[in-house]
Amino acid sequence: MVTNAASFGRSGVHDYILIRASAVILACYSIFLVGFIALSSPLTFDVWHGLFSTLPMKVFTLLALFALLIHAWIGVWQVLTDYIKCTALRGVLQFIFVITAFSYLAAGIVIVWGV
Amino acid sequence: MELSEQNVKKQRPVHLDLQTIRMPAPAIASILHRISGVIMLFAVGILIWLLNSSLASAESFAGVQALFDSFVVKFIVWGILTALGYHLLGGIRHLVMDSGRWEELASGTASAKGLFVLTVAFSIVAGIWVW
Repeated sequence: MVTNAASFGRSGVHDYILIRASAVILACYSIFLVGFIALSSPLTFDVWHGLFSTLPMKVFTLLALFALLIHAWIGVWQVLTDYIKCTALRGVLQFIFVITAFSYLAAGIVIVWGV
Repeated sequence: MELSEQNVKKQRPVHLDLQTIRMPAPAIASILHRISGVIMLFAVGILIWLLNSSLASAESFAGVQALFDSFVVKFIVWGILTALGYHLLGGIRHLVMDSGRWEELASGTASAKGLFVLTVAFSIVAGIWVW
């Protein structure tokens, strides 16, 4: 059995499901946010601040950033394992990308907390 | 390993001259999906920074709006929207392929080309919106 310590899910099937489940969340969030900005022109601070001050929008934002962490972890793993043959370099790059995605989630928590 | 099998392996042509390999449309769709995904990972950093500034105060919100007067900022936001649009549409194509459709050569090529056309259309609309 092939095991890989850098992958996110417990198996390839698990990764397959997780990248799609997180993709659906990210697609919904992207379409909602782009649509909201496009339809509420001119976008004022009050409207924008009001949107992010509601609990559902805070939860939706953090859900999207958590989905991004999972989605990016698996996606980056797929790309790196195809192109970077040096294990040490691949490990370092995977580490950098994963802590970047973790940082986005941490930043998102602090941002919506303060609204 | 049998002798005949060894011969087959030895005689198989190896062609790795990337300059002369012509990429079919589904292959281009695949590599662009990867490139746009990596772009989005960096883009989210910019977007979170913009979100933070836009929500901090009315003054910083006005500051973010003022940023959009710059051509460079508009170009970056347009680029992010194009990468997002492509990655999202390509992802939907992946989900359709998971259901067993568009998996043949002809339908796979057609859906890849359709993806390019939709992305160009979305990119033009996004460009008009940003500018």
